[in-house]
Amino acid sequence: MMFVPGNNPGMMADAHIYGPDSIMLDLEDSVTMAEKDAARLLVHNALKSIDFGGTEMVVRINPLSTPYGRKDVEAVVKAGVDVIRMPKTETADEVRELEAEIIKVETELGCVGRTLIMAAIESALGVVNAYEIATASKRMMGIALGAEDYSANLKTQRTPEGSELLLARETIVVAARAAGISCFDTVYSNLDDMETFRKEVELIKNLGFDGKSIINPRQIEVVNSVFAPTQKAIDKALRIIAAIKEAQAKGSGVIAVNGKMVDRPVVIRAERTIALAIASGILSKEEAL
Amino acid sequence: MEIKNAVAGTLESGDIMVQIAPGDGLQVELQSSVAAQFGRQIKALITETLTGLGIDNAYVKATDKGALDCTIRARVTAAAVRATGKDVWKD
Repeated sequence: MMFVPGNNPGMMADAHIYGPDSIMLDLEDSVTMAEKDAARLLVHNALKSIDFGGTEMVVRINPLSTPYGRKDVEAVVKAGVDVIRMPKTETADEVRELEAEIIKVETELGCVGRTLIMAAIESALGVVNAYEIATASKRMMGIALGAEDYSANLKTQRTPEGSELLLARETIVVAARAAGISCFDTVYSNLDDMETFRKEVELIKNLGFDGKSIINPRQIEVVNSVFAPTQKAIDKALRIIAAIKEAQAKGSGVIAVNGKMVDRPVVIRAERTIALAIASGILSKEEAL
Repeated sequence: MEIKNAVAGTLESGDIMVQIAPGDGLQVELQSSVAAQFGRQIKALITETLTGLGIDNAYVKATDKGALDCTIRARVTAAAVRATGKDVWKD
């Protein structure tokens, strides 16, 4: 998920060319108060007019407690945004309040249920309430960690190894999995240190995150290379799925691949490997069938 | 509709800076590196956007840096909203 400032039309128009999985146009922290009105109009018109090539479009709105939040919701829902990212989410009630605002606009447009919600968790209270937030609405598609505000709220600072974020990251992954939605890690903003960035991506992939937020197209390749499964893993996953299909066709129960029993968790991991291979462009949908 | 001086947009690549001032009828002055190819189209889009917002009297100076149509529409609307104090979104 690539962050793009909502008041920069040049960056907005070019963002999809680099092939991120999703683009998050930002109306919040990257836009000054004096430019909130102009950025909102820019994002609204860009969403309506620019062909982002099928990239999932997310907009980070301003909190509903500010004078900008409700106008942001109206503008982006009217433009057909895929996902609204809610910043600084601390309670399930805040998600439900956003949902009510979305429903108001969607009812006017006659498209109730179209807009999904992603909640950014950026405080200790948000982490404590992560599962309630993740399950607050059927529109919830994911939760994401916002580490800068979270670190400040914890009264600590970010470190290269990320020890201060470990509990929040694990809590967010567990909450998302329990709720059956996706989870996304925070940004890494030092573009001159790609080695630490790669280590961070490896860490969050191992923790179970579905993806990483990025601030520059240069980071896309690193994220994709870490998340992309190896050819060996893909081949194994394809053999497992093929064996399962064959067993189902014959009506047999337990099966073995290469002498190892294949049970439900193994199949789930194989399916995820294939989904990642397709998302990374290594495998086509036809090859996965 | 009463308007005051207002500006929106930047001079960065891909953007357009739109300045609006009180005027008699709609007058659009455009500076653009692509004026020869798209000048008429850009001016028409600015005029159409302002008319759509109920503004028939204004002097507009636009400095284009290769903005897409959606950016031109957004920046003209932002300048118009600032000039009239009348927002396009509900409160």
